[in-house]
Amino acid sequence: MIRRLGAEVRDEVLAVLDTVMDPEVPVLSVRELGIVRDVLVDDRDGVTVVVTPTYSGCPAIQAIERDILTALRDAGFENAKVRTTYSPPWTTDWIPDSARAKLKAYGIAPPGATTPEGGLVQLMRPRQAPACPYCDSRDTEIRSEFGSTACKSVCWCRSCRQPFEEFKAI
Amino acid sequence: MTSPAPSVVPAPPPKPNALLEYLLRLGDDRLILGHRLSEWCGHGPILEEDIALANVSLDLLGQATILLRMAGEVEGQGRTEDALAYFREATQFRNSQLVELPKGDFAFTIARQFLFDVYDVVLLEALTTSSNTELAAIAAKSLKEARYHVRHSGEWMIKLGDGTEESHRRVQTALDSLWLYTSELFATDAVEDELVRAGVAPDLAGLKPKWEALVRDVLQRATLTASNDVPRPASMRGGRSGAHTEHLGHLLAEMQIVARSHPGATW
Repeated sequence: MIRRLGAEVRDEVLAVLDTVMDPEVPVLSVRELGIVRDVLVDDRDGVTVVVTPTYSGCPAIQAIERDILTALRDAGFENAKVRTTYSPPWTTDWIPDSARAKLKAYGIAPPGATTPEGGLVQLMRPRQAPACPYCDSRDTEIRSEFGSTACKSVCWCRSCRQPFEEFKAI
Repeated sequence: MTSPAPSVVPAPPPKPNALLEYLLRLGDDRLILGHRLSEWCGHGPILEEDIALANVSLDLLGQATILLRMAGEVEGQGRTEDALAYFREATQFRNSQLVELPKGDFAFTIARQFLFDVYDVVLLEALTTSSNTELAAIAAKSLKEARYHVRHSGEWMIKLGDGTEESHRRVQTALDSLWLYTSELFATDAVEDELVRAGVAPDLAGLKPKWEALVRDVLQRATLTASNDVPRPASMRGGRSGAHTEHLGHLLAEMQIVARSHPGATW
């Protein structure tokens, strides 16, 4: 058998990871969410996927690891491993524009830009509510910074009178 | 018959590993406060708040998991984060007494959370430049979450303090009884000193003015008054050395019973 180059194996693994969806936001793949940080291929074609959790306590991370391993096993990577890293910390800035459009179409307002870390007193400054993903109105309010999952807040659109979720910038 | 005198002087107990102690302090604060917040699940005053407190609790428990896992690795005795959470006795916990106090009413929970959240942001900010790169990475991640926590508890302080007569009275009462416990957050000892010298931990005395500035800013906007500082005697023991209020034992009894009744169970 002709040995493949590590880079080829890596591309193959990344293509498999494109098909692994986030369990809580099923329109985005784990790559689009920025959870996959690296794919390492050792000289015996052993594959390690390096992932980072969105939030420290995100309960989906175990399901995500399991889904990644299952997909890779189905694609013939029997001994793939998943390793967790915390550095650099996950940020919504890693979500590409194409994925943001998918979020909006799914009814979740995509994250805004992360704010530069200001002084302590600035912490208490209220932030701008996102545009409504349904009618694009800016006449919206944040009802709660904490929603059905760690990564989302709950908002309300005064124009179309719809509640909606926002993917929080972090 | 008396036992023979030992032929050699027993070796002094091993010097406690300062990093291990420090990680337990950070991890236990989060574990215990996260558990206290989880007691609100299904009991919040409004649905959004029920969900918010559960979310903050989950963040803190997630951070505790990472920190206690690291503590187990530093200790090198094969203890996992679960072993540390479920199979230690109250005197082996290193959390501050502030976080173990019963949840009280909603005003008490919010006031305690606010005092802790500000401390957490100030501490984590400083820890992002720790000479221990693993700890610095955990701090950088946790800090992003803590910024959401402090805005939540700070906004509630203003709503309650500058709200009705009843909400003002309740949150001021809570603040008065909690203030005494905040001095422990900034108390230093040999563990802290050793880690400050090694560049692992920030000097807590240097963080206190930053904490106080933000706390007082919010209290002023909330029309609340901070109590006067009570000087803390150097000899006073607290949660960092395993001296706890009676409340921690009750909390642990509830938190640990399933793991202890079914050791090794998986589901």
